[in-house]
Amino acid sequence: MNSTTTSFGMPATGTSGVPPSDPDAQPQTKKDFTSDQEVRWCPGCGDYAVLAAVQGFLPDLGLRRENIVFVSGIGCSSRFPYYLDTYGVHSIHGRAPAIATGLATARGDLSVWVVTGDGDALSIGGNHLIHAIRRNVNMTILLFNNKIYGLTKGQYSPTSEMGTVTKSTPVGSVDRPFNPVSLALGAEATFVARTMDSDRSHLIDVLSAAAAHRGTALVEIYQNCPIFNDGAFQLIKDRDHGKARLAYLRDGEPIRVGEDQVVVRDGSAMAVVPESEVGDRHVVAHDVAADDPTQAFALSRLDDPTMAHVPMGIFRQVERPTYDDQVRAQVDGARASAGGATSDADLQDLLIGKDTWTIQE
Amino acid sequence: MRISGINLRSRNIGLDMSKKPSRRVDRVVIRFAGDSGDGMQLTGDRFTSQTASLGNDISTLPNFPAEIRAPQGTLPGVSSFQLNFADHDVMTPGDAPDVLVAMNPAALMANIADLPRGGTIIANTDEFTKRNLAKVGYAASPLDDGSLDSWHLHALGLTSMTVAALADFGLSRKEKERAKNMLALGLLSWLYSRPLDSTEAFLRAKFAKKPEILEANLTALRAGHAYGETTEDFAVRFEVAPAPMKSGTYRTVTGSQAMALGLVSAAHRSGLPLVLGSYPITPASDILHTLSALKHFNITTMQAEDEIGAVGMALGAAYGGALGVTTTSGPGLALKAETIGLAVSTELPLVVIDVQRGGPSTGLPTKTEQSDLLQALYGRNGESPVAVVAAKSPTDCFDAAMEAVRIATTYRTPVIVLSDGYLANGSEPWPVPNVEDLPQLEVEFATQPNATKDDGTPIFHPFLRDPETLARPWAIPGTAGLEHRIGGIEKADVTGHISYDPDNHDKMVRLRAAKIEKIADTIGDLEVDDPSGEASVLVLGWGSTYGPISAAARLVRAAGTQVAQAHLRHLNPFPGNLGEVLRHYDRVVVPEMNLGQLALLLRGRYLVDIHSHTAVRGLPFTSLELAEVLHKQAIIAQELIR
Repeated sequence: MNSTTTSFGMPATGTSGVPPSDPDAQPQTKKDFTSDQEVRWCPGCGDYAVLAAVQGFLPDLGLRRENIVFVSGIGCSSRFPYYLDTYGVHSIHGRAPAIATGLATARGDLSVWVVTGDGDALSIGGNHLIHAIRRNVNMTILLFNNKIYGLTKGQYSPTSEMGTVTKSTPVGSVDRPFNPVSLALGAEATFVARTMDSDRSHLIDVLSAAAAHRGTALVEIYQNCPIFNDGAFQLIKDRDHGKARLAYLRDGEPIRVGEDQVVVRDGSAMAVVPESEVGDRHVVAHDVAADDPTQAFALSRLDDPTMAHVPMGIFRQVERPTYDDQVRAQVDGARASAGGATSDADLQDLLIGKDTWTIQE
Repeated sequence: MRISGINLRSRNIGLDMSKKPSRRVDRVVIRFAGDSGDGMQLTGDRFTSQTASLGNDISTLPNFPAEIRAPQGTLPGVSSFQLNFADHDVMTPGDAPDVLVAMNPAALMANIADLPRGGTIIANTDEFTKRNLAKVGYAASPLDDGSLDSWHLHALGLTSMTVAALADFGLSRKEKERAKNMLALGLLSWLYSRPLDSTEAFLRAKFAKKPEILEANLTALRAGHAYGETTEDFAVRFEVAPAPMKSGTYRTVTGSQAMALGLVSAAHRSGLPLVLGSYPITPASDILHTLSALKHFNITTMQAEDEIGAVGMALGAAYGGALGVTTTSGPGLALKAETIGLAVSTELPLVVIDVQRGGPSTGLPTKTEQSDLLQALYGRNGESPVAVVAAKSPTDCFDAAMEAVRIATTYRTPVIVLSDGYLANGSEPWPVPNVEDLPQLEVEFATQPNATKDDGTPIFHPFLRDPETLARPWAIPGTAGLEHRIGGIEKADVTGHISYDPDNHDKMVRLRAAKIEKIADTIGDLEVDDPSGEASVLVLGWGSTYGPISAAARLVRAAGTQVAQAHLRHLNPFPGNLGEVLRHYDRVVVPEMNLGQLALLLRGRYLVDIHSHTAVRGLPFTSLELAEVLHKQAIIAQELIR
């Protein structure tokens, strides 16, 4: 990817500053990114498809493998780093965004990825997630949303619909779920997208855009848990009827749901109407780069438990200065004005300070 | 001995010109007390700086409420600053003041019990109004009712004198009144023959952009000084000769400043960039502030969303090859526990600084305590050993920080540094070390595979240890051929792959513990100060009790009783000879500002009897209190021998 500069004077793409792979070496393949560890997810788990897509996609980044780091928290999806032959940290529950923030800020030459789930990112780690997004740290966050706790064997999660019956909610959950896209937009995420484990080409398109984005890219991946929440996304995955419920977002184009419905303005919100009934209503054209996240937020609210219309793709993609670039710029600027690397003499001056006295025996 | 220095060029201003007699004293303890908004901490700081430049030894104790501005004139709003300065080395801020400056009735009421009869009170009469007296429950003004007859009382209108001195200034009355702390400082500076020039220079820098406020403060400062010279209220002034100190360049530092400078020095000597992740918390925030201003030393500071985020950032940076540091106090250490456990499991270097305060829970945020020792050692799930070091004085925070970095980077382990509120805010003269004399910290990253597969191809084992230190390689991202995965799940010995094997877990738990024990090989033996060699009582301390314990030992020795003294820098692992030292004495006294945490560790580990002396009053021990304890234990030891 090209290393250009934005109007902020910051590197433009997500991977600027990360050394490219050796052009004279054998081209990287999926095999180069596959570790020797046996993959241990349940048969039929959606994680397999995402892993295969990521392993297949990483060579396209054209980066040195040793400069890619995957950081995860706790949960089924958080085993992800073990299966990639890059650097990886399988950390603790909810804290991956904080650890990744420290790493990405300390090391501008790394491509940093966070792998997390709905419980890890939105429950125990909610605070770190929103602050990573707010800061706009240059990293890509893959949020596997299966709307259930898998690793702890089937309790409801912060994305489970109200009324979800599980071992911990035998008569149904009573709390409203988070919509991860709405939450990220509320934190003014500079890149928010949604995709699905079973749609490999869409997944790879979204990952490519997320990796190219400089700043925090949050990608919600609908992922099926065959053991504890099988079929959670069946309505939209259904071969015959699923497509009718999906709204693929394309920048600058009207937002269509299935073949024959469009999204129109409805006061401050949005509504979905058959194309034949639009009349004089305002058809919404998707504006991925709108500075104000309001329209993207309204779009995120179209999704409801009935999955009647689920937007897929990139909700928002705007250029904003990143936290890590700015922090490094402050340190680099201070070092440059001090004349570069500090010497023993500089340290001695600091230790002496400005208010001293001398005693001679 | 000669003294010279930039501050001393005009140190005799006012002194030579004085017509009044001066009396030489060997030590003075002054306590400035007033409302939180009266500027007592600043006044104390300035007096400290002026005093340091004269070559006296000093120890200070700031004491302030957790509220930024408690209701004006009330007892909870009283803020004080005590300093002890002498012509000899001082170990503590002084058990009791000789002079109390009371800016209002609340300050008098809150502090009078500490002032021995015969001591001096300088009270600001302007604030002893009916309303202010009523606020703290004085029925009549203690300045007039004879209740202070046992003290030397100087009742002065400090506020009105300030306003009068600033009559020609176009400032509001309120603005003029705010300079009253400078008038008080000027007066005390005259009384104890302190030069004003360092404070004048300080004011010039502070108010560079507010010339009128600057002039007002300078005028008030000089007016206070002139008042001392002219008034008949003060017949003599005092002088305290310089203390004999080793030659060198000195400055005053607080513990927080020394800690920050220690971290910068360690980063410089190791060649590592320093990354601090921190969340503001009293009394640790000053370290964050200090390091934030030192970016040109390749220091990155990140104010995190919470304590867990802060340590996460530090650990992430450490994984990337930086010197990862996080700073906090007790409640924050509790929140960081799980991440410190991850650093134990992943065996990455991490420096955690805990500036202890009164607990449990929010406790006493601005008061000192030593009650996080067990939390530091054991406050995590599983067998999770970390190295723990403690600073014993404000200046010693510098050395403690450097030692923590040495251990963390050599052994790839979290190190917890225990400071406390007293050390963090207290200040003392510091002989500035020469950079070339500081320890050189060698850090090597792994650069190539360290093993070969059966078929001869090179491979990297992230948990193949150095036989000497048991440390694993520090292999940072960006190093080709060393790609590996680490995490909090138990790892197989050598390869680092996930392992649930029972024998492997047993081995790894013991290896991690053995690695921490190995540190003892490099810390040297515990040194005991036993001048006569005949003491039967040992007093053993750790942390900030060093000053009061040393002063107490001095007192009892002067009274003819022998005691031995030792102080622990390393709380985990302990020095190798500690058991031997403990068994050598008939009685072992361990004073602690907790309910006996070190005593518990010593009894459990060495099966020795310990006399645990404890207090948790939010204040350092007084030397007199400890001297009595030591004296009593010495008598018991004598009786036991008989």
